[in-house]
Amino acid sequence: MTTDGTAVKNRPRKKSGNPWLEAGHRLKKSKIGMAGVVIIGILLLVALFAPLLAPYSPTEQNILFRYQPPSSEHWLGTDEMGRDILSRIIYGSRISLRVGLISISLALLMGVTLGLIAGFYGGFLDMVIMRFMDIMLAFPSILLAIAIVAILGPQLENAMIAIAIINVPRFARIIRSSALSLKENDFIKAARALGAGDFRIIVNHLLPNAMAPLIVQTTLSIATAILEAAALSFLGLGAQPPSPEWGAMLSDARSALQKAPWVATFPGLAIFFGVLGFNLLGDGLRDALDPKMKNA
Amino acid sequence: MVNYIIKRLLALIPIIIGVVLIVFLMIHLIPGDPAQVMLGERGTEEALAALRESMGLNDPLYVQFWRYISKLPRGDFGRSIISNNPVLLEISHRFPATIELSVFAMIFAVLIGIPAGIFASIHQNSWFDNLSMSFALIGVSMPIFWLGLMLIWLFAVVLGWLPPSSRLSVGIELNNITNLYVLDSLIQGNWPALWDSFKHLLLPSAALATIPMAIIARMTRSSMLEVLRQDYIRTAYAKGLSGRIVVYKHALKNALVPIITVVGLQFGVLLGGAILTETIFSWPGLGRYLVNAIYARDYPVVQGGILFFSITFVFVNLIVDLSYGSIDPRIQYD
Repeated sequence: MTTDGTAVKNRPRKKSGNPWLEAGHRLKKSKIGMAGVVIIGILLLVALFAPLLAPYSPTEQNILFRYQPPSSEHWLGTDEMGRDILSRIIYGSRISLRVGLISISLALLMGVTLGLIAGFYGGFLDMVIMRFMDIMLAFPSILLAIAIVAILGPQLENAMIAIAIINVPRFARIIRSSALSLKENDFIKAARALGAGDFRIIVNHLLPNAMAPLIVQTTLSIATAILEAAALSFLGLGAQPPSPEWGAMLSDARSALQKAPWVATFPGLAIFFGVLGFNLLGDGLRDALDPKMKNA
Repeated sequence: MVNYIIKRLLALIPIIIGVVLIVFLMIHLIPGDPAQVMLGERGTEEALAALRESMGLNDPLYVQFWRYISKLPRGDFGRSIISNNPVLLEISHRFPATIELSVFAMIFAVLIGIPAGIFASIHQNSWFDNLSMSFALIGVSMPIFWLGLMLIWLFAVVLGWLPPSSRLSVGIELNNITNLYVLDSLIQGNWPALWDSFKHLLLPSAALATIPMAIIARMTRSSMLEVLRQDYIRTAYAKGLSGRIVVYKHALKNALVPIITVVGLQFGVLLGGAILTETIFSWPGLGRYLVNAIYARDYPVVQGGILFFSITFVFVNLIVDLSYGSIDPRIQYD
């Protein structure tokens, strides 16, 4: 006991013993990461307070006011149905955030489960799961999403399922490689020697240690999910009219590009900033969680 | 090397069978009667029965799969429900347009991405580094279907410099040999057609190139930074070599493997992105055809198109893997 105590006392003191707190500090110093936090924060606030912020209803049509250019009454102009574009973009933030968060949560759940089973148990299960992931990766991802929507039918919910599925292999691969390298570590063997079961080892020991790459991948995947959902809706395979989904708004705007370019401009900017926010945060998190990667 | 190629080709077989299986199952995963879904309102009782018969939908699943997979090596992808032409014929008409677009986009991406990445790495933390990496971040976050629309608006609608859609202007004559219009007009010495097809390519390939360009620039920079820190680079400088020789002969060569990997992987992204780009620019390629087939529920075409895209993707990745050896002789194939 006494030797243990002295060892702890003599250890050089760091600013903080908790690696997560240190990563948090590094993230705070990262300009890129903080820019991402600010953009995502704004997006969340807009989505949360959409009914308060939007000057008009997102679906209310007024044919008399079709294709009004930006003005003091309609800051971003109106579309072919005379709907206020600003209000539609504000409400659209709810859809894009929901799609990003739900589809990636689903992908995370499926990918982590499959990756853990493959990495932890190895053998035949590992081979079957990972070959299947290889096959999925043999499709260009947006193509696989289109195929899935072609089967399930064009709807926002189906687009979300498609986006979840195409993101599974990435998570499965990350968590499998972490599990493979971690399970040979002494602390896992020690936990097993102390009588911990598989479930306990996986949840208490494997997952927390594989968290860093997972967090980075999740953030970056939300960015691509928002982009993919907008792309599917743009192709008419996701959200259907009159939904104020950003990609669907762009699709409506195509025919009026000559007459009313603002109808296409602003929803596109909204998609861009939403995606940029999560990409910036993802980059910031990567630098913060893995200092070796810094500048590389 | 030959052994390695054979081994890799053999390893592709299960992947391709898996891809074929998924594509085959597509039709059977459609909720409800696939014949009914495909024909929609066009479906009379007789038409439904005829379609089920011609597609063999009445047979057990494994019989159908065996029939599907045994026809593929003969190039029999089935027939389009809309045109009744063989799917492969329809694909072969349109695929060159997609290839031409993707290759041009990749040329764009490489010609700008790699030099920008190299320059940024040599002048790390300079204004150029910050600017080009900011552009790269913007590039990866860019919805290309939006960028495409904005490019059309600016260059075709407002400025009127470039055509907004299609591959060739009305009135320009060109005999099709390869269906790659730039190549065809070069072969025939048809300069007006060359210039015209080039102008048509410019906007869609610029839009399609954005994301790969950004990713290639970032990867080039980080790979170069890694190499520039090595001792042999310091040695090269110490023995009095010029900066140019050190960067291009010593550093770039060693930084090239991850860059090539990314370029190869981005080809798959390009093939996927082509679906969006072709839709925006009314580019008569495979991507737009596929999207229209989905709207028309022409499932044999959807299956064939997806299969074709995916197998192309798999082979591009194989070629990338095989090219490592010629770039980096340290990589041994066994």
